[in-house]
This record gives sequence, structure tokens and C-alpha cells, in this order.
Amino acid sequence: MITAFRMALRSISGNKMRAALTMLGIVIGVMTLVVLVSLVNSATDSVTDAVSSLGTDLLTVNVTDDKGQPLDSATLSQWAQDEPAIGAIAPYATINATAKHDAENGSMTVYGTTSSYYEIEGLKLLMGRFIKMTDVDNHTRVCVINKTAAEELIGYVDCIGEEISINGSKATVVGVLENDDQSLTAMFTAGSMIGYVPFTTLPRLTDTQNTDVTTFCAAPAAGVTVDDARAALDRRLLARFDEDDEAYAVTSLDIIEEAMGDITSVLSILLGSIAAVSLLVGGIGIMNIMLVTVTERTREIGVRKAIGASRGTILRQFLIEAIVLCMIGCAIGIFLSWTILRMVTVITSSLQMKFRLQANVVWISVLFCFLIGLIFGLYPANKAAKMKPIDALHYNG
Amino acid sequence: MIDLKDVSKVYAIGDERVRALDHATMHIYPHEFVSVIGPSGSGKSTLMNIIGCLDTADAGIYCLDGIPIDNYSENELARVRNRKIGFIFQNFNLISKLTAEENVELPLIYQGVRRGERIARTREALERVGLSKRAKHLPTELSGGQQQRVAIARAIVTRPSLLLADEPTGNLDSHTSREIMDIFHELHDQGNTIVLITHDPDVAKQAVRSLHILDGRVSEVQL
Repeated sequence: MITAFRMALRSISGNKMRAALTMLGIVIGVMTLVVLVSLVNSATDSVTDAVSSLGTDLLTVNVTDDKGQPLDSATLSQWAQDEPAIGAIAPYATINATAKHDAENGSMTVYGTTSSYYEIEGLKLLMGRFIKMTDVDNHTRVCVINKTAAEELIGYVDCIGEEISINGSKATVVGVLENDDQSLTAMFTAGSMIGYVPFTTLPRLTDTQNTDVTTFCAAPAAGVTVDDARAALDRRLLARFDEDDEAYAVTSLDIIEEAMGDITSVLSILLGSIAAVSLLVGGIGIMNIMLVTVTERTREIGVRKAIGASRGTILRQFLIEAIVLCMIGCAIGIFLSWTILRMVTVITSSLQMKFRLQANVVWISVLFCFLIGLIFGLYPANKAAKMKPIDALHYNG
Repeated sequence: MIDLKDVSKVYAIGDERVRALDHATMHIYPHEFVSVIGPSGSGKSTLMNIIGCLDTADAGIYCLDGIPIDNYSENELARVRNRKIGFIFQNFNLISKLTAEENVELPLIYQGVRRGERIARTREALERVGLSKRAKHLPTELSGGQQQRVAIARAIVTRPSLLLADEPTGNLDSHTSREIMDIFHELHDQGNTIVLITHDPDVAKQAVRSLHILDGRVSEVQL
């Protein structure tokens, strides 16, 4: 076997130019396959990372039917404490209010919530503080506003201690948040004024809101997957709402991740099949050259048969030669793909994407090349093996 | 050793049927040195192909070492060629991409001999034809006589029952021919059975016994 392998290498290196041209088909095929699929997968990885930084960990619960027993903040705090899978829970409610400061006024989205919201939503403070549990307990008239609100309403960012009025009620600004341009909701709320007040203060600003909790968000505890946290939450909610899973809805951003995954696998399969076609063309090139080789070496085949090579020996010899040819092409193709991906990474370094050789596509292409060598080598090898020794010996080509 | 009885072989060339061997009968004993002489077209090559198991007869019986070579599959014939017969051709038929020693080693590879033994036997065979020093050379780097000696080494390396030489000196000058014939005499002295096919009476008469072939019929001749 090793001897046969050595002989195949010898025979290939005996005609370098031809071998190189033949391999080119395989090299290009492998490159297309590996580079395209790696590009798609790497891009998806990067996008998925970006999506998960938007907060795919976030679970949002909407209660649609409270069965006459509305949730309250205390229950939620209790759940967060009792359930190890859940890191934090924050109830929230939203109203659209008119905000005023001196002569300036405008529409503001006002969230009533608790302190945990800050951490769950991944908000960032520019200055001051966020709403505290004491604010919630004491129904304090404080608010935290975003930078846009500070600039548009008050006129400057450093506005801690200023008093604004929300729907006519006064509230002191205790913190200014950085504008949220990262999260998914930011895509819809960019440029708008946002304010946060204690959950218990919100009902005082509007007629439509009371202290019942209909919406809340939750984050899994550190090291717990979203799915586990969701399951824990589901258990609590089902118990609370008489095992009626229609009474509430839990949503999270990992749906987007799943959708991305679907898109990528379709794209990978599509590009992969295009590349596979080019590999197939390379395989036909291998078959063509192997047929030429067999014809050229008819006398050699005759000699080998005369000194005792059996059909199987000859078949194996030419088959190994075809496979070796394919595998060398495959190795070169993979090496070039690696180089290209490195280059793409450097060129597109501003995109913060890392294009890596995907291990699975490398193995697939190795397997594919092997099969191509086998399939397209079989016909020429069989042609060689079938030759009659006397005919082959007296062949004058 | 070799026993041909009424062996016939017919080739169809176009519509014509050519009887290359016509009830040929011959017998060769072990350790004999026999030459088969005949003009071109007499059926020499066909006879050699049948004796060498490169081809099978249409009719008649051919026994090699007492075993009838009859209805053998292609792979069985390959085994017989590999183990019992050593071929020496007019045009040497060495594989040009392999070195002298690799050419000699090849039949042992096909036999499945272990690497260590292969190397030892290859060296021994090359020594017997006096080519140890050129073992690493390619056939193209060797003279005609040297190439034929490599071919002889390749034929004897498997220790076959029969050495079958087809015009072994046909492509060589008279001096080199003598050298090659000397090797054949040595091999004969060492107990090898040799069948030498030629059209040259001078070469043929060096054998102990000569057979004449004409129009596919074999007859004994005294030279």
C-alpha cells in the first residue's frame, strides 16, 4: 500500500506541468467551496454575536389574562429570589406623555419600572443614578432621562437636579442615560425622548395605568441559558395562572438568532452546491487526464501484467494515482483558502469580522475530493486493469 | 516441465483466419536450455505467449510443471506469470520511471514479499548479472546490454521455474550479445530452465537443444 502510494507520487511528479493543470480544477473547486462557506459562516457568527450583544438573553413577558389576580412587583421580586435560574426581574409599563421644562415641551416615552431594569436592559448611565428600590417603595417623584431628552428639553446634558414636568406632575432629574443605539428597540426609538420613573410613580402620571404588572422583563442568572431561564419562568407563570399557557406570552430575541441560523444554512447549502459543481468539473478533468495517462502507459501496463500484476493491482495503482492527485489538489486548495480568508480578514478589519477556515467544511471538501478521485478514477483505472497483457505489450502508441 | 499437446491458436484478421499454431506439440524437461528458432510469421511469438501464459490456446493441452493451464482466470494466469515464469524481452520492457533496482523489485512486490527480503533478493539478483553498482540508475541512463541485464535480474528474482527469453539479443550488438548469452549459460549451469526464442541460428545453436517452428508446427532440429 505504501509502495503503491509512493509509485503514484512518482508518477505524478514525473509530469509536473500536467499534474498541476489537472489539479487546478480541484484546487479552484475546493477554494470556492471552502472560502464561500467559510465567509458565510464567519459573517453569520459575527452577526449572531452582534445580535446577542443586543440582549438575546432578555426575556419579555406579557400577561394578557390575569384571571382576576394581577401580578404585583412583590411577587416578581419573590420569584427572582427563589428561582436560581433567573437573575433579575423588572416590571415595567410605558406611557406616552408630554414633558415640559420652562418653555420647551415635547412628547416623551415614559417607562415606569424598578432598579433591576437597568441591568436587565443593559442601560448605561452618563451621570447621576438610576431609579432605586427606595424610589419605588416611596413613590418618589424622580426621573431618569436619556441624553436626547436632556438636550432637547433642558438644553444641556449635565442637568441633574433640574425639575421637569411629565403630564403636569413634577419630577426631579436624578440621572442621565446614554442614548441607546445598541439594542434592538433602539432601532425604532432612535432620536426620541425617553424617561424612566419609579414603577409606583407612573400611575400618578396617567389615568390608564395602575400598579398591576402586565409586562415585565427578566434576565437569566449568570451561567444559565435563556432556555433554562425561560423554562423556570414558564413554571412560575403556569402555576400562577392555573396552568393556562394562553394567559401570558414569553418572547425573546433568540428567535432572531434562530432565523439567522436558518438563513445561513440555506445560504451555505446554496453556495456549497455551486462550489460542488465546480469540484465536479475538476473531477472530470482528473478523469480525462487519467484516461490519457492510461493510454500513454499501455506498454507499462503490459509489462506489469507480464511480470505478474493482477487486475486488482493495476486497478489499485491507477485509482490511488487519481485519488492522490485529487488529495494534493485538495490540500493546495485548503491552504490557498486559508490564505484568502486571512487576507479578507485583514482587508475588512474595519468590519470587526473574523473570517476563519471552518473545520467542518474542510472535512467535507477532503471527503468530497476523495470521492471524486475514487469515482472519476475508477473508469480509467478499470480500463487499464482490463487490458489484455499481450495487446498492451505490443501496443505502439 | 513444459508439455504442449496439439496446441492450436487461430487469429481472425479481418475475414481471414490465420492459424498461428497448428497442432503444435513439444516437450521441455527441467533444467533444459532449449531454443526455438523460426522465421518471422512462423508462430514463434504465439508460442511464446502461450508458454508464458500471456495468452491461452484455442485447442490442445498445455501443462506447466504438471499443472494444466486451462480455463484459468486472468488473475490465476497473472499468478502463474508472477511465480513460475521470468520474461526477458527483445526491447527489455523496463519501466522507464523506475530505477534498475525498483524494476527488479517489482515482481516481488506483486508477490507480496516483505520489504526486507525484497531488498536482499533484489541485491542478490543484480549481483548475479553484475549490475550492483548501477542499481540506482534509471533505464535511460543504462546501455542496451545493461538494460537487458536488469531485465534478466527482474526475471530471475522470483526464482521462476522457467526463463522465457524472446529475442533477448535482438537489439544488441554482437559483443553485448555474447555477454548476455554468457549470462544465460551461467544461469543454465545453475540449474535454470531456459526457453530462448530467436530467428538467429547462431544464437539458437548455443542452446543444448533446438526446436524449429514453421507455419505453426514444431519440429526437432539438429544443428
